[in-house]
Amino acid sequence: MEDRSQTRRDFMKMMSMGAMAALSLGSLSCTQARVEAFLQKHFREMTEAEKKEAIRRLEETYFRKYGKKFHISTQPADAAVLWGYGLDLSRCIGCRRCVYACVKENNQSRINPQLQWIRVVRLKDGSLINLENTEHYYNPEKVPEPGFQYMPVQCQHCENPPCVRVCPVHATWKEPDGIVVVDYNWCIGCRYCIAACPYKGRVFNWGEPNIPPEELNTEVHYLGNRPRMKNVVEKCTFCIQRVRNGRYPACVEACPTGARKFGNLLDPDSEIRYIIENKRVFRLKEDLNTEPKFYYFFSA
Amino acid sequence: MEAWIFFKKTIRMVFVGTKVYYLWCAFLLAIIGVAIAFYIKQLDAGLIVTNMKDQVSWGLYIGNFTYLVGVAAAAVLLVIPAYIYHFDPIKEIVVLGELLAASAIIMALMFVLADLGRPDRFWHIIPFIGILAFPDSLLAWDVIVLNGYLVLNTIVPIYILVKTYFGKEPVRKYVIPLVLLSIPWAVGIHTVTAFLYNGLAARPFWNASILAPRFLASAFCSGPAMALIIFQILRKTAGLKIKNEALFKVAELMAYAMFINLFLLGAELFKEYYSGTIHLAPMQYLFQGLHGHDSLVPWIQSAMVMNITAFLIFLIPATRKNLITLNIGSLLIIVGVWIEKGLGLIVPGFIPDPLGEIYEYLPNINEIAISLGIWAFGLFIFTLFMRIAIPIQRGDFSHSKYAHEAGRTQYERDQSIRKTSENS
Ligand code: SF4
Ligand code: SF4
Repeated sequence: MEDRSQTRRDFMKMMSMGAMAALSLGSLSCTQARVEAFLQKHFREMTEAEKKEAIRRLEETYFRKYGKKFHISTQPADAAVLWGYGLDLSRCIGCRRCVYACVKENNQSRINPQLQWIRVVRLKDGSLINLENTEHYYNPEKVPEPGFQYMPVQCQHCENPPCVRVCPVHATWKEPDGIVVVDYNWCIGCRYCIAACPYKGRVFNWGEPNIPPEELNTEVHYLGNRPRMKNVVEKCTFCIQRVRNGRYPACVEACPTGARKFGNLLDPDSEIRYIIENKRVFRLKEDLNTEPKFYYFFSA
Repeated sequence: MEAWIFFKKTIRMVFVGTKVYYLWCAFLLAIIGVAIAFYIKQLDAGLIVTNMKDQVSWGLYIGNFTYLVGVAAAAVLLVIPAYIYHFDPIKEIVVLGELLAASAIIMALMFVLADLGRPDRFWHIIPFIGILAFPDSLLAWDVIVLNGYLVLNTIVPIYILVKTYFGKEPVRKYVIPLVLLSIPWAVGIHTVTAFLYNGLAARPFWNASILAPRFLASAFCSGPAMALIIFQILRKTAGLKIKNEALFKVAELMAYAMFINLFLLGAELFKEYYSGTIHLAPMQYLFQGLHGHDSLVPWIQSAMVMNITAFLIFLIPATRKNLITLNIGSLLIIVGVWIEKGLGLIVPGFIPDPLGEIYEYLPNINEIAISLGIWAFGLFIFTLFMRIAIPIQRGDFSHSKYAHEAGRTQYERDQSIRKTSENS
């Protein structure tokens, strides 16, 4: 460990000197911040001081870019918490308010690329588990439509996540509270994790993300909804910026039918535990042993 | 000093040549130039300039990567007949095979780089400097084995060539173990690359244990096919000495490899179609079309026709031992396997996606231009390699002090080998 960080520091010194030389030659229009961002360490290897420095730099960059003051939190996980999600399929009406609430809360790119972390698919009654018969693009006048079921799918925060296993640079990992996160500044954009996720839990910023400045959410978490850059992967984080502050995820709040439940799996009195113990519960693709912490159930 | 002179001479060597040589290089450089323009556009705008999407997140680049790893793996297998059948130009075969493998690996690595969303962060994947997720990620394994293979396939030929340049015999004690090591290593790179896809439970099309053997079988057809063509071109243009029998022997081995390839494909088709589970969908998409989406069907059908025709050509001695049919067969294999192991392997893995969505992917002009550029670059590198290697091996490019001897040594060596093989 010692050795590795030593060599890395040397390498960085070398690189930054090279970059500086290039700068002074004026051949590269690199700014100081860009050089620093280029040399930035993996989030989990930063010391507290380095984290502060990274945050300060990011806040400056965002201010320059969007003209807004961001507040970037790095609040860590609480050891007594393991987050779990419940989704009541008998209540979901396919209105997709959760999708748009999520887009807004989490600063997802709006058009070209248009990114959404939640997909609500439509299924004919009676073919719930056969995901090969889903419909993705449907636009009824009114929901719900007779004869159909709706199933929202997002990152399932697998206990045994294949996306984390395949990442060649550990740019994505599972936090102690079960949330699977991405360090957007470390991801190399290989998209191996997208190939590995059985739930389509991840999306890629194919181009420079764009968000109308007036719709920016400036209350962000480093590992969650802070604005991303092009060509990195992103995903649902259970609204890490909210839930670590005692709030519900935005989709839970937005759902008009109360189909979405959220809570601490380690707390025997939580609603999510009640659901798991008392309802007919299932998880998607259980045969793959990913152990999702996302529980579908039927209340009726 | 000696090394410097050698270096200066090789540079001079590269810059002089016949008209055909200049034209060929200019042609390749023009393609590379166009590709660079497209790549700059991709760097600037991001991968959005490609036809890839979240639904099909790997495409032409990774398809080419997979194919080229196969070519690299198989090129080194030219070394096996060289050792088993003791053909005369054994050294030329080793050097050519390994340089071909090296060029293919360079191309493969460039395809990965072209596919990377953040090439500016490539240092994250360098061991000790970045964080390489070894042994968890198969991609990390691939980085290691591919680079190791590249090193192996450059030091051996360079060593042999430099020795020959100075009119000395390469020390067999050093060469043989490295050459022998490169054989299992070749199997290794292709197996690891197969496992890259194979290990993903989310993608049933790849998650079949037959994948790695199928990879190897098809690679052992396409790599040698490429070598056959290249050998003949070099025989015409650069005075490479290689006998027809050597070509025919390689072709015979390719017939066996193609048989195994087709057999394994049949085994997989049987399993999918007879059991008919939902995992059949990607197969159906590839071979028949799924819910009216069938853009890959004509591709895979022509690939099948090409592979079977080539198999017959290489199986029947009369057509195998005729240079015209042999070349047709080789071209059919090169293209047929490219379709099968390129687009035909990567794309259906993503279709339908894990939630049943179908997005039909075909590469666009950006991807095609960049891919052609990488191919041209690989051919360019290989051309330069040959520009140096063949004259050295022939003995007309050597250290002045030993020039006379070197030429003669080479000639005499050939003579003596010929004699011993005739006697035995
Ligand atoms: S659902 Fe997909 S993205 Fe989320 S943790 Fe599981 S494998 Fe990873
Ligand atoms: S795209 Fe990023 S997070 Fe995903 S596997 Fe590649 S480096 Fe890791």
